[in-house]
Amino acid sequence: MNKARQNPVNVIAAHGALILYTLIALFPVFVIVINSFKSRRDIFREPLALPDADSFSMIGYQTVLKQGDFFLYFQNSLIVTVCSLFFILLFGAMAAFALSEYRFKGNTLMGLYLALGIMIPIRIGTVAILDLMVQTGLVNTLFALILVYTAQGLPLAVFILSEFMRQVSEDLKNAGRIDGLSEYTIFFRLVLPLVRPAMATVAVFNMIPIWNDLWFPLILAPAEETKTLTLGSQVFIGQFVTDWNAVLSALSLAILPVMALYVIFSRQLIRGITSGAVK
Amino acid sequence: MKSSRIKWHVVVFLAPAVLVYTAIMIFPLFNTLRLALYTETDQVRVFVGLANFMTLFGDPRWSESFWNALGNNFWFFLVHMLVQNPIGIALAAILSHPRLRFASFYRSAIFVPTILSFVIVGFAWKLILSPIWGIAPDMLSAVGLKSLFAPWLGKEEYALTTLALISVWQFVGIPMMLIYAALLSIPEEILEAGEVDGITGLSAFWKIKLPLILPSIGIISILTFVGNFNAFDLIYAAQGALAGPDFSTDILGTFMYRTFFGFQLQLGDPHMGSAIATAMFAIILVGVCVYLFGIQTRLKRYQF
Repeated sequence: MNKARQNPVNVIAAHGALILYTLIALFPVFVIVINSFKSRRDIFREPLALPDADSFSMIGYQTVLKQGDFFLYFQNSLIVTVCSLFFILLFGAMAAFALSEYRFKGNTLMGLYLALGIMIPIRIGTVAILDLMVQTGLVNTLFALILVYTAQGLPLAVFILSEFMRQVSEDLKNAGRIDGLSEYTIFFRLVLPLVRPAMATVAVFNMIPIWNDLWFPLILAPAEETKTLTLGSQVFIGQFVTDWNAVLSALSLAILPVMALYVIFSRQLIRGITSGAVK
Repeated sequence: MKSSRIKWHVVVFLAPAVLVYTAIMIFPLFNTLRLALYTETDQVRVFVGLANFMTLFGDPRWSESFWNALGNNFWFFLVHMLVQNPIGIALAAILSHPRLRFASFYRSAIFVPTILSFVIVGFAWKLILSPIWGIAPDMLSAVGLKSLFAPWLGKEEYALTTLALISVWQFVGIPMMLIYAALLSIPEEILEAGEVDGITGLSAFWKIKLPLILPSIGIISILTFVGNFNAFDLIYAAQGALAGPDFSTDILGTFMYRTFFGFQLQLGDPHMGSAIATAMFAIILVGVCVYLFGIQTRLKRYQF
């Protein structure tokens, strides 16, 4: 190996820059979480100190869990995210299979039509989406959110999945056909298991924006019983601006599920992004 | 295969995706463009042609807000292009160093802000920058720069830039990852050929790697553009729908939200909201077209 590429000064400088940026990235999260475990007095007196026996307090968490319906919000977010991902993957994979497997009139055109939504944000159509949901009586239902996120996720899902489905061996599918399998069985039994890694990539890509979205819950489902965790914490924190313990605890509680998801899926997510899925 | 017969399985495979996508995305998109040509008088929808756009661009009360939001939006985008993408590229360049230890740890840690919701990010920074809590002023005084502190989010001249930088902090992970992937795909032989010619270190980055990753830089630019021109959440979470102080952080997303839903004394107007959405659509469409026809076709792609 060439010496110039592993000059110790360069290595130290590289680590220095990365450590500095890592600190910048993690510092705000760290400050919020440690202070959520402190008493009000210590939050202000020593904001950067870790909670110790003297300053430790769970008062903020008690307020939050008493006042806000965080379990309901969490459940709503979970239902919306899981159902949307399910439909994005199922419908997306089916359409991707049709586009990559069969030759039919308008195939390319259909592919382009479905790809339009990759670049054009669905939010532009919000006025008419709300109109539609009001007319169909879906306002303030989780189903409205699931529909919107499914539509939002489909274009990229179809695009990525059809790239991967083109690589599935033709012989395998034809062997299935000779054995008399229907096209549906070929899709569900032979093709889907083979593109599982691509499905995971699509799922992880869509999961975070859906979980974190504020716009559509605010507009389509602001009712108390349909609030998602993101909207719920926004409203809740807005009400408690002066109760620092409660605000910090609410923020920490909102960070918790996303961090848990990230720890579980970060490998998948990073592999998905770096595998060049977004070409 | 006989093409005259309808292949029903193709229809079955395509139908769910096409139906949902058409009904919830494409149809409302065009319906919004159509609604921009109507207005409501006495609870009846009346066709008024381009009158809403005349109001939006002609009536000084409206046009002032619109140009303010558009100008702010461009500044928001510019900060991302000048700060977020260069930092992302620099981090990716360092990370892609062969045999760098802890690379995957750094990658995961730097990506953490990107997974947090705007609500968390907005409030967390609001608290940290708050003069009441004093974390930011204390840290500045620790390095002897206390005089630099100002309530950045509360001052008209700083608030928008501060929010843009918060957004940069949140999203720097995305250009970092995409550029990192592009850098990894550069074959070792090319870099070694450069080394033989004496091109190493920084000059290898500028002369060999950067030209090769230009297509990826094009992609992150257009992603940044589209993302910024329909941004809303961070401003709403940190500054509220009024995008204070005195609309200095108002961007197209918050402007459309306020117009659509109303605020304080002004009633919500879906038709003016649609007109603003149409303008946003036009801006994004122009940006995407400039990218597709002006930039992407000129960038040479290298196949390895």
